[in-house]
Amino acid sequence: MSHRLPSGGRLIDRDVPVSFTFNGKTFKGLRGDTLASALLANGQLMMGRSFKYHRPRGVVAYGPEEPNALMGLGEGKTFEPNARATTTELFDGLEAKSQNHWPSLEFDLGAINARLSRFLPAGFYYKMFMWPRGFWKHVYEPVIRQSAGLGQPPRKRDADRYEHFNIALDVLVIGGGIAGLTATLAAAAAGAEVMLVEETAHWGGRAAVDGGEIDGALASDWIAEMRDRLSAMSNVRLRTRTMGAGVYDHGYALLYERLTDHAPDTAIPRHRLWKVRARQIVVATGAIERPLAFAGNDLPGVMLASAVRDYVVNHAVVPGRRTVVVTNNDDGYRTALALKAAGLEVPAILDARTDARGPLSEEARRAGLRVLTGRGVSMVEGKGRVETVYACEQAGDGTVTEDFAADCVAMSGGWSPAVHLWSHAGGKLAWNDDECMFRPDPDAAPRGADGEVFVRAAGTANGAVTTQVVLRDAFAAGQAAAEATGRRATGRAPEAEEEVRQMMVPVWIMPENAPYKRRAKAWLDFQNDVKVTDVELAAREGFESVEHAKRYTTLGMATDQGKLSNINGLAVLSHALGVPIPSVGTTTFRPPWTPITMGAIAGEARGELFQPIRRTPMHDWHEKNGAHWEPVGHWRRPYAYPQGGESVHDAVSREVTAARQSAGLLDASTLGKILVKGPDAGRFLDMVYTNMMSTLAPGKCRYGLMCGENGFLIDDGVVARLDADTWLCHTTTGGADRIHGHMEEWLQTEWWDWKVWVVNVTEQYGQIAVVGPRARDVLEAVGGDMDLSKAALPFMQWKAGTLGGIPVKVFRISFSGELSYEVQVPAGQAPALWDRLLEAGDPFGITPYGTEALHVLRAEKGFIMIGDETDGTVIPQDLGLDWAISKKKDDFLGKRAQERDHMTDPLRWKLVGLHTLDGSVLPEGAYAVDEGVNENGQRRTQGRVTSTYHSPTLKRGIAMGLVERGPDRMGEVLDFAKIDGGVVKARIVSPVFYDPEGVKQDV
Amino acid sequence: MSDAVTALRGRSFTGMVTVEDAGPVGMVTVRADLADETVRAALAAAGSDLPEAGGLTWSDDGGTLWMSPDEALILCAADEAAQKASALARALDGSHALVADVSQARIVIRLTGRDALVREVLAKLSPADLRASAFPVGRVRRTRLGQVAAAFWFPAEGEAMLICFRSVADYAFALLSNAAAPGSDVGHF
Repeated sequence: MSHRLPSGGRLIDRDVPVSFTFNGKTFKGLRGDTLASALLANGQLMMGRSFKYHRPRGVVAYGPEEPNALMGLGEGKTFEPNARATTTELFDGLEAKSQNHWPSLEFDLGAINARLSRFLPAGFYYKMFMWPRGFWKHVYEPVIRQSAGLGQPPRKRDADRYEHFNIALDVLVIGGGIAGLTATLAAAAAGAEVMLVEETAHWGGRAAVDGGEIDGALASDWIAEMRDRLSAMSNVRLRTRTMGAGVYDHGYALLYERLTDHAPDTAIPRHRLWKVRARQIVVATGAIERPLAFAGNDLPGVMLASAVRDYVVNHAVVPGRRTVVVTNNDDGYRTALALKAAGLEVPAILDARTDARGPLSEEARRAGLRVLTGRGVSMVEGKGRVETVYACEQAGDGTVTEDFAADCVAMSGGWSPAVHLWSHAGGKLAWNDDECMFRPDPDAAPRGADGEVFVRAAGTANGAVTTQVVLRDAFAAGQAAAEATGRRATGRAPEAEEEVRQMMVPVWIMPENAPYKRRAKAWLDFQNDVKVTDVELAAREGFESVEHAKRYTTLGMATDQGKLSNINGLAVLSHALGVPIPSVGTTTFRPPWTPITMGAIAGEARGELFQPIRRTPMHDWHEKNGAHWEPVGHWRRPYAYPQGGESVHDAVSREVTAARQSAGLLDASTLGKILVKGPDAGRFLDMVYTNMMSTLAPGKCRYGLMCGENGFLIDDGVVARLDADTWLCHTTTGGADRIHGHMEEWLQTEWWDWKVWVVNVTEQYGQIAVVGPRARDVLEAVGGDMDLSKAALPFMQWKAGTLGGIPVKVFRISFSGELSYEVQVPAGQAPALWDRLLEAGDPFGITPYGTEALHVLRAEKGFIMIGDETDGTVIPQDLGLDWAISKKKDDFLGKRAQERDHMTDPLRWKLVGLHTLDGSVLPEGAYAVDEGVNENGQRRTQGRVTSTYHSPTLKRGIAMGLVERGPDRMGEVLDFAKIDGGVVKARIVSPVFYDPEGVKQDV
Repeated sequence: MSDAVTALRGRSFTGMVTVEDAGPVGMVTVRADLADETVRAALAAAGSDLPEAGGLTWSDDGGTLWMSPDEALILCAADEAAQKASALARALDGSHALVADVSQARIVIRLTGRDALVREVLAKLSPADLRASAFPVGRVRRTRLGQVAAAFWFPAEGEAMLICFRSVADYAFALLSNAAAPGSDVGHF
């Protein structure tokens, strides 16, 4: 039997068949179908299983509010879980799979959960965490995790492209129904730059289906004309398939554009995330129809009344041959009339109101439809889908008055304005008793930094119900938005006839006095399987706040975020608590409106663009010469250069030995270089360093320490005085930007009147360290105009000149303890100098070395490393660096903090060297254990390892560590715990393992 | 000369627009109070007229970019940067100022194509307001490009110049080329 009507369907093209698969089976649809409409057209009513009880579920809705019809789309590199069939446009070759079932949709073992439902009550997880104790880990967790959950995560790297797009404009209008179109017209006519976005592929929203007349034309014609008129305006941008995902402070909004979901093409971006800075935002997002809570309302075939007529009118699809309409308002009659007009049967309209005298009810009667007033659904039964509908008195306890054979139930519980985007940025809601809805409170709109309103709701989203009111409201909103951007608005709103209607009556439970067993089958949240009785249980157990009840029951916590369940759920809660609905309130609406892909959020930041990699001028050389890389901040630095089949460890040893015995070459370009200049520069540096920099003579260098206000060490490096009022501060690699910012912050906020300029010149220069007993020979072999002898350029001094024809500054500083020159060279010429040094150094056995050799060399000398010996809780005094803390200065950053009790505590852990008794290398970060346990029952500790290496020079393990009163305990042996149990014994020694007199660096 | 090659090594890419290494450019940073008349006069005498806040002066020989109330970036031919830096330093002698040659610290990328598309490529990566009305020729923006700092301006319609740090030259180039991938026109500007 065909489920497609022989004629009609305003969105489909009967001449273009489309082939797709569902759970591996091939189906035919038509161009213009959604996956949901195409499945319905093929008689595939069941589209998934529920989250908790694995109950069979069919599609309930027509749009983004759909809770049940969630699909896995595509395969492998284009797989996407949790896609709503209702918002998935059909294309040829689409592959869809239903979710949450095993082994198949039709036969699902997990459905046994439903039998156990009395063991899976609201708050199940919370209760099971509490008691019995062992059950969670051993019973529930493994079993529940297996059976609960929605889609599977993709397992392959995404083949698609994604991007972001930033724009600024005057007015952003979200929602392309008649309200959005009207608001756009109003704002654009006033001269504002306006962008109108619509999440579906079609303009017009509900009006296109529900008809009526606007400005004397059919609504559908008016919509088409309005679209043409707006697209002809140069100050208007229109975009379909673009969803308003979130509204944030300061007029910031996120839009989610789906470019290729309806026509896959991996060459162009699949999704584009728009980051909009709008001066005004108009929310014209319409309303969401509410389900009714009666027993069996989750059976496939029970659908929202509006969805039923959408499928019929838009796609000529038959959700059911015999549809019982159940409603508490006039709008439900539209579905009955649409079905009747399509030649389908409507055995009865059950109207919960005690009388039905509105024009639509009269029209239904005239059309020969049977209207039963004061009636509701007692329950719906059927095997896997609707078969029988039992009617009852709405005011009663569910005693059946009549039953109907039917295959579909169209339910309408009234409409809730889609206030989500209004609420995202803080807009408040007001309860409207007549229309039984929360609508935007015009007196509590989101306001910007200037205190002015920046979000306006328009049309149905603002609580307007009839076309006439929608148009007037939206026009006014558009004009107000334009005026808020400084335009003058004129003109009149489009007109529609005044509409007479009968007011709805609230129905939150059907029937009013449904007994427990019926309420336990009346679903509120389809996606998360929350029933009326679950919310009632939460209320009984004291979860009176709507936010608590939400979390306890999981109502509204699924991927649909309760679009169908929120209002019904809080109404049931208010009923159970015996308080009015507005005093219960709603849960918080948070972005996004519907889920957006991780790809869209990541944008271009994937693959090689995931993160910037900073490259030194010598990066290419390192790459070509087999560097084993280490990430240091965003830089990549060579860790070592393994040669031939050499291991990384062996390479490090070879490099260390070369630097100690002949000559090593290090790319030190990543070191921060900050110029500090001005009449107050010396005074400034005396504040930011712990030692005295103002007294440094031009031409000389000094090692300095920097602390934060709290006294802890934040950076170190060598400072060189370039001239009378200019200093060059070297920072650590990771500290360059941070310390530059630190200096600027103090200069801009505290010492704004000091005459000091700071410029970060880190990347202007390459820096090459030539290290080792033959370092001077190497530089002399390169040749230049510099006298590099000890007399001409002693230790801790610098000089400018040329080397191999390249202008350089040579600093005689050493982080290795060897004779060492750090050569600063313009970045573009650094590779050339590097090559010269290698060439000239060849006879001396020059050996490039990486960061690990650098670490070993400095550790052999007991030099500290920021980030190893420091961790944000270490002061210079802990590291025996008292010599670098000036006693003469009145003040420096950190001085006062270092005088506090805790900082001067003699029991602080202090730097020592550690020698294992067996010569082995101590484990990284190992703790020295002490006798006894602390107040938490943990083993006491008395120190820890901060740096640990194999020293090729000393041919044994060496380590540095912080130990309680360490320097006073030389020679003591400590036990360091190993991860796999047991201890390593190590003796406390001086941290300077090599050349303690420092003769080698001063030759 | 080895420094005649930039960190981008002359690369170019053509998609929605053309993205190319603009070659070596001389760049000199001046930190000084740009509102100070003495400073303005000294810079003007050294051939660098200061633009208004947020603006730039631009000619074929180079230009001056307003970077902040106390920072200007002087552009010139690559081989003139050192001379330019000393000339500026001399001119500002006596004022509180810091002059530094930063030609090697940064790279310059040129984007050319239809004006709207050049703006679109940048708008994919930067939060700057790229409407021609908000960002006309003659203005400069310090902003971000993907995850790195950048500054850019439009020397003429259909052309953008962009500066970023040398170490991230490859990242910036790949980022811009990716954003300019054929077929990814947005059609907004």
